[in-house]
Amino acid sequence: MSAALLIDFGSTYTKLRAVDLERRIVLGTGQGPSTVTTDVTVGMKAALADLERGLGGLPRFKYRLASSSAAGGLRMVTIGLVRELTLEAARQAALGAGAKLVGTFAHQLTVADLDKISALTPDIVLLAGGTDGGNSDVILHNARALGRGALTCPIVYAGNRAAADEAATMLSGKSLLVTENVMPEFNVLNIEPARAVIRQIFIERIVHAKGIDRAQAMFDQVLMPTPAAVMEGARLVADGCAHASGLGDLMVVDPGGATTDVHSIAKGDPATPAAIRRGLPEPRVKRSVEGDLGMRHNAATIVEMAGIEAIVSDSGLAAERVIAMLANLARDTERLPGTADEEKLDRALVRAAVSIAVRRHCGTVETVYTVNGPVTVQQGKDLSMLETVIGTGGAVVHGREPQSVLRMALADPAAPFSLRPRAPRLLLDREYLLYACGLLGAVEPEAALELALKHLIVLSAAPQECGMM
Amino acid sequence: MKEWTVITGVIGSDAHIVGEWTIRHTLREAGFKVVSLGALVSQEEFVKAAVETNADAILVSSIYGQGRIDCEGFRDKLTEAGVQDILLYIGGNLAIGEYNFESVAEDYKRMGFNRAYPATTMPQTAIEDLRKDLGITTEGPCAPRPS
Repeated sequence: MSAALLIDFGSTYTKLRAVDLERRIVLGTGQGPSTVTTDVTVGMKAALADLERGLGGLPRFKYRLASSSAAGGLRMVTIGLVRELTLEAARQAALGAGAKLVGTFAHQLTVADLDKISALTPDIVLLAGGTDGGNSDVILHNARALGRGALTCPIVYAGNRAAADEAATMLSGKSLLVTENVMPEFNVLNIEPARAVIRQIFIERIVHAKGIDRAQAMFDQVLMPTPAAVMEGARLVADGCAHASGLGDLMVVDPGGATTDVHSIAKGDPATPAAIRRGLPEPRVKRSVEGDLGMRHNAATIVEMAGIEAIVSDSGLAAERVIAMLANLARDTERLPGTADEEKLDRALVRAAVSIAVRRHCGTVETVYTVNGPVTVQQGKDLSMLETVIGTGGAVVHGREPQSVLRMALADPAAPFSLRPRAPRLLLDREYLLYACGLLGAVEPEAALELALKHLIVLSAAPQECGMM
Repeated sequence: MKEWTVITGVIGSDAHIVGEWTIRHTLREAGFKVVSLGALVSQEEFVKAAVETNADAILVSSIYGQGRIDCEGFRDKLTEAGVQDILLYIGGNLAIGEYNFESVAEDYKRMGFNRAYPATTMPQTAIEDLRKDLGITTEGPCAPRPS
């Protein structure tokens, strides 16, 4: 038998998936605590022991690949010029690399900004600004400021190419990597080169800096941050590989304790004929992270955004009860729902989080009235014709009604200008395999794809009721 | 050699793209780097594009007669964003009905436009003015070519 071990060094747990590469099935799973902040090997050994108990012995693994979101994940600061242009492009590059954005800064950095950046202790700083041949004053100002500052983390320069040499001189004392501009031409997004450099730094330096390589006798390589692994898994399931086709354009919804992530693999071209696209084009493989929509760390914000009335009516709990329970959740962020009331509240929270996160991820249309008549203007991606939505993460998988959670990702007839999927089939990543398939896809894409497709549970096949169409 | 960058676009709720299309192509042929924003462009979009690309001029097109309303405060926004020295031209149907173009052009100059052109202007006229205003003489890709 040929087997692979896929490891996720998470912030709460160390999770293992052992898979059979020939039969393309999951052999077993193992879980241990996350011990990255002390000694990563402790949690890893516990997880391996757990896996071994289930399997009755460990097979010889052909691959042992890992992803990590432990020790705060890949913490990044992005710097750009105009917020909606180069800063947005830099943000997309960082999110696409699986990073957690801890700070974004537009225009010239001030002394206060630099203090703030130092206090954030990022793992990587991504410096953008100016199209190629465009504005260079601001990025040079920022390079000089960073060069004089005390920051020791790697800096990735992905701004105006014409200013790169001068900026490199200003940053000569720093660990600097220069790559292609995230926006070489006005409104042209070019995030792949920056993404690749970030990924490389993650493998070569961050894994060591976080102490994960202490367990290196137990694995071959940490390939990427876990959110990037989920994204790679989603991309594989959508696009397929050389000898097998995937499911086509899709969306992955991943509500978690601290954030709600949404990935879409789709160009998002207008389904409305003659719609004009406005704003920065979005990457086909797009990840959005809603830092204010975490099921535990900021459950109160979810309630605030959705409105307490909505949570009350969806959960069937009294408002006072909801408020009291929220206070408990904030105190105990590791808490899993134990009572019927807790389950009801969790269900309402995750439904609200998915609804808001997907609405933010998808584009919008508006009608502009011109003297020649109305014109449809589209901002962001049109995902209304998407055929597949996949739910992953504990809050969906372990909830009692995953389908009712995923249905919140669908278009709402009351909000026709939000371009959310209208009638997709709903799939569930019940075994939490997307990250594992993302990792395995790097070495054996065909096996990884079959594994993923085999284990996605169909909750409802399209078309289905969603009030629209 | 300096690359001269010009931003073009149709301002406001105006979807008439032909004028912008013509000027965009003529500018490119004349050696300018053109950042085309297309139709239905707000003042803010022009300003953001100017900041990021360090453009030398903005050539605004307005065909549907509402230009004066659309352009109010445009120069102030450029100043606010730190690109106050950029050249700002406008061309097209700049007012509705019968009017004296000179007085319309005066209005636009009061609003901070460097030049305003009626719809009958040939693109070459604006390009010659642009060369003059930018000090492009005999050298470089944007210099006038002997005919």
